[in-house]
Amino acid sequence: MLKVLFANQLTLGCAQAAVATLLALAVMLLARQRKIHLERETIVALVRGIVQITAVGSILVLLLRGPAWTSVFLLAAMIVAAAAMSAGRSKGLPKSFQVSLYAIGAGAGSVIALMTCAGVIDTRVTSLVPIGSMLIANAMNTNSLVLNRFRSEVESHAGLIETGLALGADSRQTVAPYVQVSVQSSLIPAIDSLRSLGIVWIPGLMAGMLLSGASPIYAAVYQFVTISMIFSSSGLTALICSLLIRGSAFSPAEQLTLRPRPVAAPAVGRGA
Amino acid sequence: MTVEIRAGEVLVVVGPSGAGKSSFLRLLNRLDEPTGGTVRLEGIDYRQIPPRELRRRVGMVTQTAYLFPGTIADNLRYGPLQHGIELPAETIDALLIQVRLAGRAEEDVAHLSGGEAQRVSVARALATKPEVLLLDEPTSSLDEEAKGEIEKLILMVAKQNGLTYVMASHDLAQAARVADRIMVMSKGRLEKIGTASEVINAEGTFR
Repeated sequence: MLKVLFANQLTLGCAQAAVATLLALAVMLLARQRKIHLERETIVALVRGIVQITAVGSILVLLLRGPAWTSVFLLAAMIVAAAAMSAGRSKGLPKSFQVSLYAIGAGAGSVIALMTCAGVIDTRVTSLVPIGSMLIANAMNTNSLVLNRFRSEVESHAGLIETGLALGADSRQTVAPYVQVSVQSSLIPAIDSLRSLGIVWIPGLMAGMLLSGASPIYAAVYQFVTISMIFSSSGLTALICSLLIRGSAFSPAEQLTLRPRPVAAPAVGRGA
Repeated sequence: MTVEIRAGEVLVVVGPSGAGKSSFLRLLNRLDEPTGGTVRLEGIDYRQIPPRELRRRVGMVTQTAYLFPGTIADNLRYGPLQHGIELPAETIDALLIQVRLAGRAEEDVAHLSGGEAQRVSVARALATKPEVLLLDEPTSSLDEEAKGEIEKLILMVAKQNGLTYVMASHDLAQAARVADRIMVMSKGRLEKIGTASEVINAEGTFR
């Protein structure tokens, strides 16, 4: 229907974005009715999302005319931004930015570099940047999941961890079970994506390739390649994050510094 | 505060909630870092002792008995294993006899009562052969019957092992029953220290 109303591709895109936004806002209102308040976060995320992706689209237009190596700087900037966002999700966790930067940088960065060298990812900016960004974004999500789960596991098992410390255990060993749980749970989305590929969902990249006239078989195989790369970069990020995060919960004297956050006292009403 | 804890004594730290009893105990095995001053263990500044070695020498039993998933024997083996020692079955049996849990080494800790869990916690702390044992209100989360049992156990273990005990308690009567000396704390400060008769007056309150 929109295609009939909007002949120009740009105005059509704006109209499609408006419809998608309305749907997201409707979900937000449904949540609000259930007293789940996501208003501010949803609106900020939607605005940020449209501004950021439009900005990237504009940058890509410029980059397409530039040399291939410029994409390296763009991907590096994406890694820094991803680390900052992931760390922002893990407030209260010491050194979360450094941990995120190293984990996402090494996890996604090494997979991008390796796959580009192997010829799996095309070196053209139009291929390297979108696929690289997919790997970075998924590595960021995994990293955030590891950090959050690790924090909540440590906070809820602080007594057991300190019991281990009091018995002379190595600090890293006392949190080892919680590191393991954090990594396993953070990889569930990546594993599920791989498992459900083609059955539950046909990802955007494949749809895009089909739309641009690629062979459906090649598009399907390349989609598998992409999801496998996402799994590898997410897995590597989770492992590196887990190695780095263990130490950040303790002081040099092996004291647990990541303590349960004080729970805010419930508001006292003025009821009769 | 400046306190000298004598080797082999049972020192009970008493005071109301928030007096700093647990904080004092946590400083003694360096689970927390002092903001000023230090602790000396046999005259040596404890910051010169590696934390893991310090905590082996200064064991701790917490208010809540946090047991590791597995059997009672697994819990007793945990501390010595951290120092590369495999605890022999005979030692496990001997420790369990001490805490009146004889023959229950292979029992899953998930099935223990609060009092039994606390007894495992005491045995586990003793398994590392500490020189000092810190007991942070070990009976406060137990019912009266279990409380009496643990108290008797502590007295018996104190006599048998000849360790130095520092126990936090908010119960003055319990302190009088157990302690060689009582240390009274209030608002993070040392109020007084002495024998039960020196610290408690005839009415059962502080002098």
